[in-house]
Amino acid sequence: MAESPNGTPSAADKQKTAAPEGGFSLPEFSTPDSVFRTRVFTAEDLRRAQTRIAHEIVERNHGPHEVVLIGLHHRGPQIAQRLAEAIESFEGVQVPVGALDVAFYRDDIGLRPVQPLGPTEVPVDIAGRVVVLVDDVLFTGRTIRAALDAVTELGRPRSIQLAVLIDRGHRELPIRADFVGKNLPTAEREDVRVRLREIDDVDEDTIELWGPDGGDE
Amino acid sequence: MKHLLSVEDLDRDRIVELLDGSEYMSDVLGREIPKVPALRGKTIVSLFYEDSTRTRLSFETAAKRLGADTMTFTAGSSSVKKGESLLDTVKTIESMGIDAMVVRHSAAGAPHRVARWIDASVINAGDGRHEHPTQALLDAFTLRRRRGDVTGARIGIVGDVRNSRVARSGIQCWSRLGAQVTLIGPPTLMPERVDGWPVEVTSDLDDILSELDVVYVLRVQQERIGRALLPSLREYYARWGLSVDRAERLKPDALVMHPGPMIRGSEIATEVVDGPRSLVRDQVANGVAVRMAVLWDLIGSGGMA
Repeated sequence: MAESPNGTPSAADKQKTAAPEGGFSLPEFSTPDSVFRTRVFTAEDLRRAQTRIAHEIVERNHGPHEVVLIGLHHRGPQIAQRLAEAIESFEGVQVPVGALDVAFYRDDIGLRPVQPLGPTEVPVDIAGRVVVLVDDVLFTGRTIRAALDAVTELGRPRSIQLAVLIDRGHRELPIRADFVGKNLPTAEREDVRVRLREIDDVDEDTIELWGPDGGDE
Repeated sequence: MKHLLSVEDLDRDRIVELLDGSEYMSDVLGREIPKVPALRGKTIVSLFYEDSTRTRLSFETAAKRLGADTMTFTAGSSSVKKGESLLDTVKTIESMGIDAMVVRHSAAGAPHRVARWIDASVINAGDGRHEHPTQALLDAFTLRRRRGDVTGARIGIVGDVRNSRVARSGIQCWSRLGAQVTLIGPPTLMPERVDGWPVEVTSDLDDILSELDVVYVLRVQQERIGRALLPSLREYYARWGLSVDRAERLKPDALVMHPGPMIRGSEIATEVVDGPRSLVRDQVANGVAVRMAVLWDLIGSGGMA
């Protein structure tokens, strides 16, 4: 893993460079010469994907009653909240939503800068329930590995499932998602940028693929 | 930041960063399993050349809550008795492979020296009459949690300021956070010079009592009594002790803090310590969270700042 260059880029957009896997800013993906490649999702695409995932979660679990949605910081909690709202709209049931920070469970502490991103808040006892971990981008799988550790310290769920908006490949661990918005083949040095209205200071949700200038796939 | 030796090294932003980190650690401590593997595989040594229970246990608890291994060295039961120098002791311990050393020493500046000798991170846990930075941070954290903001708070530090490292670190930390500090106590126990310090000084506690948002009571160091510095404990208590009567004349929402160890009845009344204004227990509890934040910052986070 590359070392951080001097400081983080100062432009607001650079600072918010999407953080593959739960929000950690990976300097090698936010180099100044990173350029826009394609739009992966428009706001509409994202809304449809979220609705579909919400339906799939309910279908897979024979109803929403045992489900707890736990989003991984930084963007996961917001996505989990949206999934919960979708489920409520068609099932009339409020599914509990939690937030999880995995910073202290990561396996790369000491290898690169790691900071906690937000509080861990899970409003219900997860013992015996179905925990659906929610994140924006699934990449190496290391964040999810850390999340599995973090969740099991909160209790013993009946099962743990994983929902992500984008699966961009390049897994380094035997982890797969149960619910996927879109499978997106990427090059390792590319960067999937997720921007959500609620937290990213944008008017519309977007998901974009960025990559090194002049780079090839 | 590699070491935490002095509040002097911390600007306002840095202090706020550490307090925010402490908030996060406090959240960890509130969990059913109040422990995270953040510093797994790290080794933290407490090197205590001076007696202490709360600080040492607080640091060790903090280290364990983060999954680190801890070792303790106290001068009383060690090769120091056999005449080993600080340098040799420190080098010996370093050779065992450590990541951080928490140092308390009766000589001001000892942790700074240790920091120059070894590669591990060094945390000053109290050096002579000089500094005690984690105490200042935990006090600021405790007050911030209770009040929401430290800015603008009027803080009266009462007692033996001259000999107090807690006061010395506290003054800098409070004032950097925008609080106003007044030192209160017998002139013999006030610093010889306060020019350049962001403080006011008075010997009249009763006069200022109703203006304070926080009364920060220091321990009366018994060893000073009788040496022309303090006539008697009784007289001290009569003029500077935080009695029930004085506590009643405080602002309705004024708070009381004490770094411990405290001597009930000699600088503060038992009823005040255990009363609703007291943040004493919070201070101890928060000490663990703040020290977790410091340890994480120095040897875990990978040098974000």
